[in-house]
Amino acid sequence: MAKLSTHKTLIVMLILAMLSIGLVPTAFAQDGPFRVAAVAPSATNDLAFSQSMFDALTKIQEELGEDNFEFVFQDGTFIVDDAAVALRDWASSGDFDLVIAHGSQFGSILEELAPEFPEVSFAWGTDQNTFGLDNVFAYTAAAEQGGYINGAIAAGMTETGVIGVVGPIEVGDAKLYVDGFVAGVAATNPDVTVNVTWIQSFSDVPLATEAAETLIANDADVLTGTAQMVVGPIAVATENDLPWFGTQSSQADLAGDDGVLFQIYRWDVVLKDMIEQIQNGTLGGESFVISLENGGIEMEIDPDRFGDDADALAAFEEQVNALVDGIVSGEIVIFPDEAAEPAATEEVEG
Amino acid sequence: MIDDIIGTVFKASVAASTIRLATPYIFASLGETLGQRSGVLNLGVDGIMLMGAFFGYYAVLTTESLILGVLAALFIGGLMGLAMAFISVTLKAEQGISGIGVYLFGLGMSELLFQEFVGTPQSVDGFPRISIPGLSDLQFLGLGDIFFNHNLLVYVAFALVPMTAFVLNRTNFGLMIRAVGQNPEAADAMGVSVTRVRYLTVTLGGMLAGLAGASLSIALLNVFQQNLTAGQGFIAVALVYFGGWRPYGVLLGAMLFSFVNALQLQIGISAPEIPSEFAVMAPYVVTIIALMFASKRRERPDALTVPFERG
Repeated sequence: MAKLSTHKTLIVMLILAMLSIGLVPTAFAQDGPFRVAAVAPSATNDLAFSQSMFDALTKIQEELGEDNFEFVFQDGTFIVDDAAVALRDWASSGDFDLVIAHGSQFGSILEELAPEFPEVSFAWGTDQNTFGLDNVFAYTAAAEQGGYINGAIAAGMTETGVIGVVGPIEVGDAKLYVDGFVAGVAATNPDVTVNVTWIQSFSDVPLATEAAETLIANDADVLTGTAQMVVGPIAVATENDLPWFGTQSSQADLAGDDGVLFQIYRWDVVLKDMIEQIQNGTLGGESFVISLENGGIEMEIDPDRFGDDADALAAFEEQVNALVDGIVSGEIVIFPDEAAEPAATEEVEG
Repeated sequence: MIDDIIGTVFKASVAASTIRLATPYIFASLGETLGQRSGVLNLGVDGIMLMGAFFGYYAVLTTESLILGVLAALFIGGLMGLAMAFISVTLKAEQGISGIGVYLFGLGMSELLFQEFVGTPQSVDGFPRISIPGLSDLQFLGLGDIFFNHNLLVYVAFALVPMTAFVLNRTNFGLMIRAVGQNPEAADAMGVSVTRVRYLTVTLGGMLAGLAGASLSIALLNVFQQNLTAGQGFIAVALVYFGGWRPYGVLLGAMLFSFVNALQLQIGISAPEIPSEFAVMAPYVVTIIALMFASKRRERPDALTVPFERG
């Protein structure tokens, strides 16, 4: 009898243990930490594309704890061959649950590499192409949403009626952001001119800086731009005391009180989905889009902009929130003309 | 559209932009000219520029002293030039390969130091624009804005062109540089120390490359970021060939390249119907075409890239 009781007790404990495992968040439900490795084309503190991914991984680690989530981040791999070496090493080591190639120039590498390591999960972006492979996730951003909001606000701030945009290459989320920005300006004040300069580089800071100077020489009194080379244009904006609108990451520290509004990429939103799928045995085959709707895109007001003027800040927040709500609810259609809606294009980030 | 382009070419802001863009090229190319005229090719210019940009930036960030920023850039540039001279002159290593090594060192080290000591990009108060009294107000053709409303390093760069030409063509030291680059054996027979001259020119070239980097980080951009120069050092080396190894030729090349660059930025605004890809290609296409025509008037040093072996 005593033996039977012991068995019952063991069975009950076993059931409780199994149930408790089921109650624990999926990210914890594995042996050892979930391990991620990522390459990115520029520095982790570029205030733009690479930083957005680094921040996302850091955020997940803070949430799950260092015991449950580890990551390595190889930044500055603007030479694609260097990234290829790192990606192959990580994939062949078998040490990582997810290998991320953050930058669309890495797409061709991943398309070649992923079939060689079917047991390893890969992710890359910004793009939506998984190459039909079961172990590749793709991710991108609905950058036109924050672009539209920035444009709508910027249109109300210009006094000269001219706004300047420094763009890198006319593809991917950079193109979406700029198109959204132009649409936001046009919807708010069609009389405002938006001058866009594409410098054909994501990293040429001197040229981007001179592009900003040229835009100002052509009467622009509000500036925006995208990609990691914007540190130059931001410096130009602050030197000339002109409002700056940003995207990808917060640029508030650099822009100071000349910064206005920043579209922030929250890749952690889609990374969590990927992690959950991997832990459930699905290694890829799906593409994700961060947006205002799913919380993957957030708008950040530059904290230095309004200083101690709480009323002005509240009014501005209300204005931004109204635009966010309008886009999320569908009341605001960013590209009313379907034919003019920019298609997702192959991106070359970095 | 043609009217837009013609109007753009003669815009004062394009000319002013040309002068700003040309500044780092002039510093770096003049330095490289000195080295090459003595027979040493330094392909590490871009790496030295990056180190100069970082050291200048960091000095200003921490001390708020622009003079210390310039001195720091000159010091690190000179040190890297000295290292390049040691590798190419004393060790007689293949100059092209060792130059690439110097470049990669500068690229990696400047990034490492930035991450370690600064972290997030921060702007600095760089050299302010100096309006030359009585000249910066010139309205005729916008000459005031074009020539007389720039920061100090811009004026220094342009002043260095005639100074370098004078040194090269009118001084004993210049004669020694040319002799060493043209016929080191003969120069050696005349009692000129080939090694010393080459060490001096490559070190001076390094200092000017460092200053070129500083002209970006503490004068024109006032910020530092990974790979800030975006390959300008390699363009600077090409401009030496373009300029026929002469300071005024280098100036012409730097101005032409920068003018087409400034033009493409303005065309993006004035004539947006022209694809930006074509506009961005233009500086390089123009440079290649100009190099074809420039080839006949080259004064390539005969001993360029050739290590000197006495006896």
